[in-house]
Amino acid sequence: MWKALQEQGVKHSFGLTGGSVIPLFDEYFKDNCGIRHIPVRHEQGAAHAAEGYARASGKAGVCIATSGPGATNLVTGIMTAFMDSSPIVALGGQVPTSLIGNDAFQESDMIGITFPITKHNYQVRSPNRVRAIVQKAFNLASSGRPGPVYIDLPKDALAGKVEKEESLESMNGKKNQTAGFEELKKAAELLLNAERPVLLIGGGVILANASKEAEELALKYNIPVTTTLMGKSAFPETHPLSLGMLGMHGRKAANYAMVNSDVVFAVGCRFNDRITGKLQTFLQNATLIHTDVDAAEINKNVKSQLSLRGDAKQVLKEVLKIAEKITARKSNEWSEKMKKLARECECNINLSSNPIDPRKVIFEINKAIKEEDIVTTGVGQHQMFAAHFLKRTKPRTFISSGGAGTMGFGFPAAIGAKLAKPESEVLNIDGDGSFGMVVQELGTCKAESIKVTPVIFNNSYLGMVRQWIELFYEKRYSAVCLGASPDFAKLAEAYCVKGITVERHSEIQPALQQALKNDETTVLNVLIAQESNIVPMFAAGTSINEMFGDCVPKGYFNGD
Amino acid sequence: MKCLETACLKDISTAIRMSEEKRKHIVGMLVKDEPGVLAKISGLFTRRGFNIDTIVVGKTNLKGISHIVISLQGDERTIEQLDKQVAKLEDVVKLADFKEEESIVREHCLLKINSAESIQKLEKACKKHNASILHTNHKFAIVELVEEPEKIDAFVQEMAAFGIKELSRSGINALKKE
Repeated sequence: MWKALQEQGVKHSFGLTGGSVIPLFDEYFKDNCGIRHIPVRHEQGAAHAAEGYARASGKAGVCIATSGPGATNLVTGIMTAFMDSSPIVALGGQVPTSLIGNDAFQESDMIGITFPITKHNYQVRSPNRVRAIVQKAFNLASSGRPGPVYIDLPKDALAGKVEKEESLESMNGKKNQTAGFEELKKAAELLLNAERPVLLIGGGVILANASKEAEELALKYNIPVTTTLMGKSAFPETHPLSLGMLGMHGRKAANYAMVNSDVVFAVGCRFNDRITGKLQTFLQNATLIHTDVDAAEINKNVKSQLSLRGDAKQVLKEVLKIAEKITARKSNEWSEKMKKLARECECNINLSSNPIDPRKVIFEINKAIKEEDIVTTGVGQHQMFAAHFLKRTKPRTFISSGGAGTMGFGFPAAIGAKLAKPESEVLNIDGDGSFGMVVQELGTCKAESIKVTPVIFNNSYLGMVRQWIELFYEKRYSAVCLGASPDFAKLAEAYCVKGITVERHSEIQPALQQALKNDETTVLNVLIAQESNIVPMFAAGTSINEMFGDCVPKGYFNGD
Repeated sequence: MKCLETACLKDISTAIRMSEEKRKHIVGMLVKDEPGVLAKISGLFTRRGFNIDTIVVGKTNLKGISHIVISLQGDERTIEQLDKQVAKLEDVVKLADFKEEESIVREHCLLKINSAESIQKLEKACKKHNASILHTNHKFAIVELVEEPEKIDAFVQEMAAFGIKELSRSGINALKKE
């Protein structure tokens, strides 16, 4: 098995042992094949770490669990990877084939359970098939639209002797179908002749390593760019053409652009309801050109006038090539207007207040980290503060659970990202609720000497839900206050790593500097204003242009 | 400000179901004969909210490959999504859309009919529909018909006059003419 993993270029794996996988780790003990296995404290952490690894490196991440509860603990992580199209290969132990179906100790039907949340799953019923199936799994996880693949490993398939090994297939894989020349030409013409074009970048651009091409297209033809949460970091957010993230908690400039644009070129995104808002008003004036590697995404939620199936990199390259031969529209009116509106959305409010305004923490992080440093997040208000206000400029430097919205994702994902990019600092922007779900991985950090920096936005609430209750349920705070949160700094110390509590805005930057300087994991427990809201936002079911809250400069948008 | 999650979902579903007119759709697929493949395909249908009318599975002349024919009702969008989602499954080798004019569509039907009153009348009715009587005793007859589903519907309706004791239909099977 380890040899088979090594053949696929695996350098790290994350997981937790157990009865059914003892033979696997016995093999590891004898010969680890140059792979470093990170024992985590809970299997969910292993799956998220594998995804963090995959998202930071672009290579498939690996997680391992034992049969039964071990494997079911991976499920949330697998689902998270599925929703965000992250390539991971999850290995789960299984009872020996002779016991399958007998309700044996720690048996669970993982093939049945993981089917709806994987690209595919395999049960290895003979040691002869291990190598071939591992090869297929890695190929499948990373090709086309990436995603998780699960391999069920009955104990006898792991422990048995290989007699007649199944031969490996030549893995050309299913070739990504690419749109034809006529369609590409039409797309280029539409885009270049548009009066008010917008480039909408989704996670597919990062997955296809197509950031460079997307940037070239935008810069060359002066097209404003907005990204989805998953597309964040694919386009430099410090560039004047960047409108930032769109959607429910996006920037008003980005949402305005969607409503008022005449041609939207959407690359590698799937029009989730958090992006579109009320569908009837979404892109009501625009011709939509939609590119996706997965044909099923085209016309799923929003109907496109022109669809270009294919890998984002290939499609963008072709469009760029064809565009060279087309005379582009010369007017800069729209892009200049959008640049101005984008600038207006920059908050320049004085945030030096106590208790700490969460936005202040993000601004201080912006100052403290370098371009190549990686930020992961949990799920909730802190995630949206980061998505809205954090500036990322390099692809694969912002890693967050988008589709699934899995609390507890950020910290283990940071561990995975750190192993993928040891030279980068990895910050985990997290909430006290999210972090609390995976806090035990501090033990992993200590034991394996992995340095990441969790920055906890601690408000003793499940903040996003509290915000919704405040806005839409007349403040009937039901089951949403976490009450006495643990002292996360002390908790860090209990795990023998470092912890700093930050109570005043002036302490944020020094604490960040200290944490980044430390050579071990340092938890920053930042006590933020308890009832602060992440705004601007639009309410679910309303038009994406109906935003309310701070950083929404009203005059400009309604005028013309 | 009463727009909650459900409002949003409702909004999506109304917008995407604009072409609501339902039509019959028959889809055929060649699949790898792996354990659990049928569960995977039917599971996909359930999960995505597609209602299967009939499903037929059987072996083919190709080793390790089975043929599955599924019929269902759906609007344009449902059918487009369904085809695309099924095509993504690793075990599905090939997908075919059995449009009625381009395909031979048949269903197999077995009926247990009350024949105590008049076997002659029954024989006459069966002959009219090209149905065969496979077995008779003093109480009932077992009748077989292989036909297009609509013709089976008509036959079943006619048989109702005799009194149907049991009925089993195979579901729709199909092959392309070309």
